[in-house]
Amino acid sequence: MEILNEGEGKLLAWYDPEKQREWIRKNKSSSMEEKVVDIHEAVSKYVSDGNYLALGGFGHVRVSMAAMYEIIREKKRNLIVSGKTAVHDLDCLIAAGCVSEVEVAYSFGHELRGLSPASRRAVETGQVKAITEWSNAALQWRFKAAASGLSWLPARVMLGTDTLKHSAAKVVKDPFTGKPISLIPACYPDVAIIHVHRCDKYGNSQIDGILVEDFELARAAKRLIITTEEIVSNEKIRDKPWLTNIPYFYVDAVVEVPYGCHPCNMPTNYYFDEEHISEYLKKTRTIEGTKEYFDKYVHGVDNFNQYLELVGGVAKLNYLKKLEQGKARFVYPWAKS
Amino acid sequence: MSKLDYTQIEEVYTESKPEYTPVEMMIVAASRLLEDGKTVFTGTGMPILAALLSQNTLAPKLAIIYEAGGMCPQCPPTIPLSVGDSMTTHKAIMAASMDYTMSFIQAGYGEYAFLGAAQIDTYGNINTTVIGSHDNPKVRLPGSGGANDFGSLCWKTIIIMKQDKRRFVEKLDFLTTPGYLTGPGAREKVGLPRNTGPWRVITQLGIYGFDEEKKMTLLSTHPDVDIEDIQENSGFPIKIAEKIETTPKPKEQELKILRDLDLYKVVLRK
Repeated sequence: MEILNEGEGKLLAWYDPEKQREWIRKNKSSSMEEKVVDIHEAVSKYVSDGNYLALGGFGHVRVSMAAMYEIIREKKRNLIVSGKTAVHDLDCLIAAGCVSEVEVAYSFGHELRGLSPASRRAVETGQVKAITEWSNAALQWRFKAAASGLSWLPARVMLGTDTLKHSAAKVVKDPFTGKPISLIPACYPDVAIIHVHRCDKYGNSQIDGILVEDFELARAAKRLIITTEEIVSNEKIRDKPWLTNIPYFYVDAVVEVPYGCHPCNMPTNYYFDEEHISEYLKKTRTIEGTKEYFDKYVHGVDNFNQYLELVGGVAKLNYLKKLEQGKARFVYPWAKS
Repeated sequence: MSKLDYTQIEEVYTESKPEYTPVEMMIVAASRLLEDGKTVFTGTGMPILAALLSQNTLAPKLAIIYEAGGMCPQCPPTIPLSVGDSMTTHKAIMAASMDYTMSFIQAGYGEYAFLGAAQIDTYGNINTTVIGSHDNPKVRLPGSGGANDFGSLCWKTIIIMKQDKRRFVEKLDFLTTPGYLTGPGAREKVGLPRNTGPWRVITQLGIYGFDEEKKMTLLSTHPDVDIEDIQENSGFPIKIAEKIETTPKPKEQELKILRDLDLYKVVLRK
């Protein structure tokens, strides 16, 4: 195939599928074994400095904040993060100094809340590098290619733009249509961390609501940490196998962390804690405030339950559950400033 | 000197009091463009609100779809803060995935894309990535998100944004999402699906379309806006259609529904 155009961005987390197949055969067990550990064990074992990380959910929807805080607590450094709609998850990692490079599809923003002060500061001062640019579809199709054992997938996006120029995609002449088409290279993250509604002790997982790209990401990553609102029996999973989105084959660690997505939105369970997110956005406007925030909420607590107490305990969590059902008054403190 | 007439002051005050804000004018104008029974893919903020308003006024069968997987939600208790939060699946018909929604528009099911932008040029190309240079940014913006995909794959793209010389520019700092690129035939030449591209641009001053040269052309000015204002607030020459209309003011009913949809003024405060 004739290459018509190609992105100048660095190709990260890509391997020849042959190499990846062999890695999988050697390192991933197909024997259904218990994988339950605590968050410290999961993160210290599977997340290393310099790793390429991809985070499940949608930036501030169904994200594993418990794992983000643990990465910050363990002072991981020089992480490369897939910014596949990264919002509060990535912003916290950047604010805490854990990240050096980001592949950007959507990053450094808090959607309707505006730009992320900490991430903007980090990118604009050169502390964090936006190493490549992609569209949302392109970045998630990288995982689909990887999950399918292919080195790339064709797509009709990014064509003719600077987004393509800063990506690692190539444009070729489609041998069937004769027209130009983008080839989106596979992406095999070193580690993916996905927060789910429930799973059994082996990692067979159910997600309620939108899957975003976790159906593909779970199968693309070399190592997969599942954090879950609750661990249920294997029997419960087997009663309704059609509800399983991620089977145990892909899972390396299972961690039970109720409310593990706080202050973000866990669809059907609890809504955003806008009060807390406001505090975060306000504090992270300065370097001193950022330090204060993490000293209080991450380094100052021994575990996630202590953190939940600190952010408002049972009363706050009940309010967030009611909000999710539309039965309480929504507040947007950040909208005032 | 005659005695001060308080009645008259009261009248003047009432008349000059703005009945609606520029943001409300933009959202109402945008909502009227969507055709009933079609699909719309929207970005965060004003586009979501315009789509919701349209669904609650002229286009009850409008199928609002969110890139993260929410398909056809109804009456969310509050407006989505994210194109992936719980509100995007409230009473929806399907909670799908991004692979699903992006494949859906690549296959041709996406009629309208509804986007915001930081910069736009005469061909409707838009920037949401960076102000300044990519390697040494003055302002780092979030990047494409789903915008490049929507602008590449949906049939008609609508852009809603504030207009001034910093936003309507001769040359973008970064071309994130394709408009008509460099003019007629350019999209097809790079491999984008044919007969797609920017269709309307809505600002606080007016509504624009694209002529046969694929250049931005004024179609309608909002009430109390002069043609001079249009050009003064653009960094590139704006073409003027032969017959220009005046955008009808927001109706009381439209404003009422709009304000009810954004009860907490999350978008309307802007």
